[in-house]
Amino acid sequence: MARKTFLRRNRYFDSVFLMQVARRIAAEPGIAGASALLATEANRRLLAGMGFAEAELAGAGPNDLVLALEGEEAAVEAAGAALDAWLAPAAAPAGAPAPRSLAEALRERPDCSLAVISVPGEHAAREARAALEAGLHVFLFSSNVSLQDELALKLEARRRGLIVMGPDCGTAYLGGAGVGFANAVRRGPIGMVAAAGTGMQEFACLVHRAGSGISNGIGTGGRDLADAVGGLSAFAGIDALEADPDTRVIAVLAKPPGPATAAALEARLGRCAKPSVLCLLGADPRPGRAGDLDEAARLALEAAGLEAPAWLRPDPGALRALARARIRDLAPGQRRVRGLFAGGTLCYQAQALFRAAGLEVHSNAPLPGMPALADPARSVAHAFVDLGAEQFVAGRPHPMIDATLRRARLEQEGRDPEVAVLLLDFILGAISAADPAGDLLGAVRAIQAARGGRICIVASVCGTDEDAQGRRGQIEALEAAGVLVLPSAAQAAAFCREAALLLGEVR
Amino acid sequence: MDLKARIAAANEEAFRRMAAADPVLVDVAPAGEVIPGLGDRMILHSGPPVTWERMCGAQRGAAVGMCLFEGWAADPAAAERMLAGGEIALEPNHHHAAVGPMAGTITRSMAVWVVQNRAFGNLAFCRQVESFQQFGDYGSQALAQLAQWRDVWAPALGSAVRRMGGVPLKALIARALQMGDEMHNRVVASSSLFANAVAPILVDCGLPREQLVSTLYYTGNHPFLFLGLSMAAAKATMDPVRGIEASTVVTAMARNGTDFGIQVSGLDGEWFTAPAPRVQGLLLPGWKEEDAGLDMGDSAITETAGWGGFALGGAPGILAFTGGTAAEALAYSRDMRRITVGLSPDYRMPALDFEGTAMAIDIRKVVQAGLVPVIDTAIAHREPGHGIIGGGIVRPPTACFTGALERFSAAYRKEG
Amino acid sequence: MAKTLVELLQSPPVVVNVGVRAFADSLRPVCVVVHVDWSPPAGGDARMAALLDDLL
Repeated sequence: MARKTFLRRNRYFDSVFLMQVARRIAAEPGIAGASALLATEANRRLLAGMGFAEAELAGAGPNDLVLALEGEEAAVEAAGAALDAWLAPAAAPAGAPAPRSLAEALRERPDCSLAVISVPGEHAAREARAALEAGLHVFLFSSNVSLQDELALKLEARRRGLIVMGPDCGTAYLGGAGVGFANAVRRGPIGMVAAAGTGMQEFACLVHRAGSGISNGIGTGGRDLADAVGGLSAFAGIDALEADPDTRVIAVLAKPPGPATAAALEARLGRCAKPSVLCLLGADPRPGRAGDLDEAARLALEAAGLEAPAWLRPDPGALRALARARIRDLAPGQRRVRGLFAGGTLCYQAQALFRAAGLEVHSNAPLPGMPALADPARSVAHAFVDLGAEQFVAGRPHPMIDATLRRARLEQEGRDPEVAVLLLDFILGAISAADPAGDLLGAVRAIQAARGGRICIVASVCGTDEDAQGRRGQIEALEAAGVLVLPSAAQAAAFCREAALLLGEVR
Repeated sequence: MDLKARIAAANEEAFRRMAAADPVLVDVAPAGEVIPGLGDRMILHSGPPVTWERMCGAQRGAAVGMCLFEGWAADPAAAERMLAGGEIALEPNHHHAAVGPMAGTITRSMAVWVVQNRAFGNLAFCRQVESFQQFGDYGSQALAQLAQWRDVWAPALGSAVRRMGGVPLKALIARALQMGDEMHNRVVASSSLFANAVAPILVDCGLPREQLVSTLYYTGNHPFLFLGLSMAAAKATMDPVRGIEASTVVTAMARNGTDFGIQVSGLDGEWFTAPAPRVQGLLLPGWKEEDAGLDMGDSAITETAGWGGFALGGAPGILAFTGGTAAEALAYSRDMRRITVGLSPDYRMPALDFEGTAMAIDIRKVVQAGLVPVIDTAIAHREPGHGIIGGGIVRPPTACFTGALERFSAAYRKEG
Repeated sequence: MAKTLVELLQSPPVVVNVGVRAFADSLRPVCVVVHVDWSPPAGGDARMAALLDDLL
């Protein structure tokens, strides 16, 4: 144990300041004790009593500072050598802290109109309720909110003339602001009510790319149209868009509702003062009702008095010919289509397109009537995997933000000799990864190389050129790596459908 | 009325009573004459109830000191035998409308400050603050100090105070808070104001010259003189807040070096305790972390009333003593707003644009925010026989508040 | 005074963000956002949070 004193002549420090210095030094590894004091008579006796050599303090007086250290020799020497640094004044104080609760935030800004809530599911309902009680509309991104809580919240919202967008709502467009995972789309006459996963994103991007724009987009969450909830948010959204001067066409995008809600929805849209488009993914086809997001976009543009561009009106024959050409060079054993999706709605849409053609596809988030994957981590037959599903994102970032899991799965699929076609979606926009295509290109190239090019990789890019990621650049990068990029998620899925049909034929 | 509304109304009433408090020093008198229920062979101590077996070193030392002071035992060993043998009753100060700093020991012959809350009529008592016996020192110097207080200073001050018809404390405290005091560890301004106020009356009392000079010297040079008064004033402020149905406001926070305990208005009479925490702070030269005793004293009654740690924003000087920065001092004061019913209309901090100190601690908000009150306090030695060894910041254990909330919920939810 | 939903759609909202910071950051260019430095109530103690639902 070393004991040493260090002297600084003619320095005055407040005794309290010196106590702080001593405490900080004493916290250093290897230091057993530290005292910082002025070399008064009394203090010198004190130090002598503590075992510090008096000789070291010879000539030190009451205006001189003594740092008395005990501990491991190296640590003592180091601290003593750095004494001037220890004695320097502390850093500048921090500013006012951020509010720690909704209540505090509202004291700061009483004019808040929307609470965006993304806390863990077990706390989400409580925060949403507090927001409603404070008179705020709620955008509820959180998942794992119980049906009971969702219903209670939406009834409370209705009572107060407010809306709960969610739970599991990822996107909304409100008064020109894109909330959540939103793309840079221009304002225009088409309003959306959607469950608000990637369905809303894809539709909005298609409308924008076709030259039109979005007035507002209201998310309802994925369970809103179940009979247990009865479409409380959907109907509130439709009412609002009907009254919104900026909206000329109302598009409702969802998975099939519960039967009672479906009937109510049809009736409501039938009474609507504005033209409407109803897209129920996976529902039985009906005239005037869109079966996929492309068709929804076409119908919406038409209702707005605009013509859908050529890329939004593909020729089915051309798609089939393209598929035939792309699978020509594959080995006989390659017969499977595997889709790895970041967008849950896009995965659902792809399954719907397959089912309509009588094709079976396994999924971890199966369309009614489609088989579930026994092990979500292992694909069999044709498989469409929603990598944004609960089992994959628990405790992890969403695949739109982080590609780690999807990259690993892509590599796994690439090693499967049965795989003929790989389908990927790339979602651009706010909060999504900075370079979704780039994140998977390494794996794509590796697979192409390992297979000698004998594999068909297909993709769609949901986004706009105005998104930070830049749609054009993403497409170029993918095409440079030999990926076939189709103009929309529906068309990419349709291509795969054609390929699957061809692969299923005896060859 | 639903439960939340009942609680809100009850807490508003608690806040109103605290704001209405009008503490006045009315006397300095022997505890046996003024403290209800204080019998012979009884020692009142700080903190929640504790047995001799569980009592910490410093508080035991203080108890030994009281036995010697009262003449119940001739030497420390005899005192320990009496205490261990159960011959001396040990009760919390709080059960007798009293408070005491550090070990907080009060016996019949110990003179106490007597403060009356003129808004409600109740009396509260606190012993004097000194640097030895209350930290567990029972040596001859420590006992001599107690004797001086009993024989010289307390009687002199009692005469003066009675002659004045009482010394109103509210305005004095409000002024002191604006002069850099926080009424717990920094009471230099309030002590000076008080000393100045009583000085002429002391002269006028016709005391023997030696007693007069000694008392003037005592009041004029005691950096912690006013702590005894602020503690009594805080106790006098808080006692009328006890027993308000459905109120979640804290009426006492107290420690005995073994346990930390709180009491809640709507759960009157109950203590919610957890092991006493360590104080985070600065030690005087020569002392190390392992020498320190755990948090001790009734002085957290000052925080309970909205001073001390709750007024640190106005007293950055003390914050440095306890090891922090001015920014931290301001942050503590802001933080405390999140766990109280409201802000004091009378006690304000210039450094925070004369904002009132956060007042009336609400156990619901403490648990909700995960934020316990800040207390700044002195540090005693683990073992008996030493004086003050440092000072710092301490936070009550969360368990006291969650325990109280559980009990409150069980008691009140079934009535709904 | 709470806005109706139609009113909410007429201009960018004034947002309080409770949870993931990325939502606040993406909204900041287009509207006023107050970000709440949120942590679970009662320090994550679910039992206490449940008690508080009835009391606070």
